[in-house]
Amino acid sequence: MNLILFTFIVLLGFTSYYFGRKKAYTIQSTKKRLTALPQFYGYYLAIWCAIPAFIIFSLWAIFEPTIVKLLVLSDYSNQGYLDDELNLIYEKTKALSRGQFTGEITPFIEASAEKYLSLRSIAQSSKVVIVLSAIIASVAYAYKRISSNSRTREPVEKFLNAVLFTASLAAILTTVGIVFSLIFQTIDFFKVIPLFDFVFGTHWYPAKAFVRDSSEALDPSMYSDTFGAVPIFAGTFFIAFIAMCVAIPIGLMSGIYLAEYASYKVRQYAKPLIEILAGIPTVVYGFFAALTVGPFLKELGTSMGLEVSAESALAAGGVMGIMIIPFISSLSDDVITSVPQSLRDGSYAMGATKSETIKRVIFPAALPGIVGSILLGVSRAIGETMIVVMASGLAANLTLNPLESTSTITAQIVVILIGDQAFGDPKTQAAFALGMSLFLVTLCLNIVALRVVKKYREKYE
Amino acid sequence: MNKNKEQLLNKRYKAEQRFRLYGQSAIFMALLFLTIFIFKIFSTGYSAFQKTWLIVPVTFDAELMMLDENPTKQDIEDADYYEIALQSMWNLDPNANEDQQNQLKRMVSYFFEREIKQELLKDPNLLGKTKEVYLTASDDLDQVFKGNYPRDLPEDQRRVSDYQLKIFDQLVANGKVESKFNISFFTNADSREAELAGIASSFMGSIFSILVCLMIAFPVAVLAAIYLEEFAPKNRFTDFIEVNINNLAAVPSIVFGLLGLGILLAIFQLPRSTPLVGGITLSLMTLPTIIIAARASLKAVPPSIREAALAMGASRMQTTMHHTVPLSMPGTLSGTIIGLAQALGETAPLILIGMVAFVNTIPGSPMDPAASLPVQIYIWAESAERGFVEKVSACIMVLLGFLIIMNLFAQIIRHKFEKKWS
Repeated sequence: MNLILFTFIVLLGFTSYYFGRKKAYTIQSTKKRLTALPQFYGYYLAIWCAIPAFIIFSLWAIFEPTIVKLLVLSDYSNQGYLDDELNLIYEKTKALSRGQFTGEITPFIEASAEKYLSLRSIAQSSKVVIVLSAIIASVAYAYKRISSNSRTREPVEKFLNAVLFTASLAAILTTVGIVFSLIFQTIDFFKVIPLFDFVFGTHWYPAKAFVRDSSEALDPSMYSDTFGAVPIFAGTFFIAFIAMCVAIPIGLMSGIYLAEYASYKVRQYAKPLIEILAGIPTVVYGFFAALTVGPFLKELGTSMGLEVSAESALAAGGVMGIMIIPFISSLSDDVITSVPQSLRDGSYAMGATKSETIKRVIFPAALPGIVGSILLGVSRAIGETMIVVMASGLAANLTLNPLESTSTITAQIVVILIGDQAFGDPKTQAAFALGMSLFLVTLCLNIVALRVVKKYREKYE
Repeated sequence: MNKNKEQLLNKRYKAEQRFRLYGQSAIFMALLFLTIFIFKIFSTGYSAFQKTWLIVPVTFDAELMMLDENPTKQDIEDADYYEIALQSMWNLDPNANEDQQNQLKRMVSYFFEREIKQELLKDPNLLGKTKEVYLTASDDLDQVFKGNYPRDLPEDQRRVSDYQLKIFDQLVANGKVESKFNISFFTNADSREAELAGIASSFMGSIFSILVCLMIAFPVAVLAAIYLEEFAPKNRFTDFIEVNINNLAAVPSIVFGLLGLGILLAIFQLPRSTPLVGGITLSLMTLPTIIIAARASLKAVPPSIREAALAMGASRMQTTMHHTVPLSMPGTLSGTIIGLAQALGETAPLILIGMVAFVNTIPGSPMDPAASLPVQIYIWAESAERGFVEKVSACIMVLLGFLIIMNLFAQIIRHKFEKKWS
């Protein structure tokens, strides 16, 4: 139904475009000067067709369900039902009207379902009538305006400008959405678990907090010593540290080599090949770490008489490091290439070799940019999920031994939220609190890194 | 004195060479990782494209199937195939005891009944006759045939019994075991049985998610990029938008999953586990990538184009829409494809919005529950059965194939259609 109406409105839009343009031609034929190109007259009418339709559609989508629900449930008022029960009745009514109801059908619900259906059909037909009449009215009004050859280009362009501006707000809306989705759950979480226990507690056993019966009262003492995030934070930074130990030397050296030494040919092939590493989905790295690297390290350790967990932090961190190599190599490559040639020439003129120039002149000059790229790499490592979920342990051990297993923020979020979630349960809220801390940490890293890189760019531009 | 200088110079040249070597070995290491990686995936995965079939003679006994003389097509459709299917497996070893008969039955997939039925539906004249039918081997035997199964383990640690191996070896010796291209891997939905599991459901899930993502992210991102690059006044608010975009590009993907869970599922009550929600979540993630690419390619259009259009009397909107934007499209499109390729490989946010549910039907619309290719990789990788290992690698190969095609496509668009201004 909606689809037909929508198609019809689109068709109406095209028709009004056609009539608007035709009007412009008639004005032109009377030897009057047009104030805009003929198609602007068409656009003008089409916009006047689209705006009321859009407004009414969205208002309808927001208010129709609520109003229908109110009307249907008005039969049940004064009967002492609780809100939850009323909601249940309404769900049953809807299911019955769709023919998907499987439970016992009472005459009450049947009557409600009939009422629901009739209300829906009234709403539908009145929507059609209202939308169409609004469109006709607004188009007629606009048509009248253009027949006096008034301005049409400016309003059309203003409208387009508004559309463009709205689109650019999407980024802000997304950020707001992220903060919004995290903050309420996080606040609820800290109402039950004191912030101090979360930040400084050393025991993390979310499995202890079983999904609780919602009728039972919350007992905070039940959760003491359950949500201490220190092992998680430590594990996150530890694995990120291992990853950076792999990624920084290899990434930085290949960046330097590509920028300073490599011939055009080598650069042409090596650079995209290394960047393939960045394009491989992380779940593939996770599989590789869990199935190949983990068992390999375990066997290697056993042959050397060491006890290595099959899900060691070393396997996860090492593979994560491989993933981050291209980020660091291409960013530092860019940074080094943008160091002005005059610095190099000056150093060569003093008799320095290439490597001395790199180490003593170019590297210090490029250092801020390189630090920025490393910080971005660290933020990647902290936020990386799938490798850790698949290759590292899921139990939160507080350890600094790379051969043991440990867990990270991201892995715990996945462990807690996989499957069904009960909103309002401290265990679910804990995942959001972890998400909040992850978001804040990476946000700080990103802001610092982006600022450093930007400062650096400005310096040499 | 002179000797000292020479020594020093030699030392410096050596240091130079060492430094160069470090650089070369770093590149070599990175490429080595890539090679090991690809080799490992291909060497474990290629065998999943083959499937092992047992060729078993089946007697279509009308009596056992509860059919009369001259049955109609509908009768054949409704007939009971379980008995003849069992009989034909048992006939492989007429002397088998009850336990062994059970083991015989487990040598093929539980789908064997339906495979026999298909055979008869294809040719109803077979009724009362005996024909050799291809039956899907169980995943363990499949692995044995491909040589991936350690046969020398003690029997109680194996999922295949000695008896099954004996019968299987007889079949192999008689040429009654055949390996053919595994079509069902591409046409079946997910299954708990490795020999029947396929990628069709997750593939469709991926396609739907990517389409939803494209339909939302592309228009919004392009419009936003046009505004920021061509119309936005230089003020605090514009700076704020830019900071937002740059930050969003670096926010960990799992946070977008929490956004999808906390807002799309909890507040807007959209259906769980569907590509619709997955696509919206992914679109928020790709939005900054596309905006940044589109802005870069708008920026690359030289100002002379704009100045020429303005000089001819075009308004700023006309200049942008008729000249700048069309000229920037190749760059924007290739950026979009790269953004979509990233979204295609994304797993964590989809897990959080419930796309890990076991789905054994092929979704027909974005509103049906589905998995996606990377999530399928995760699901299979977590399951313990040996048969799934090669499936994971094969699924990775399919996924990587798509990513390579998309990236190549982006390259082609960039090189073929992008104008070089010099």
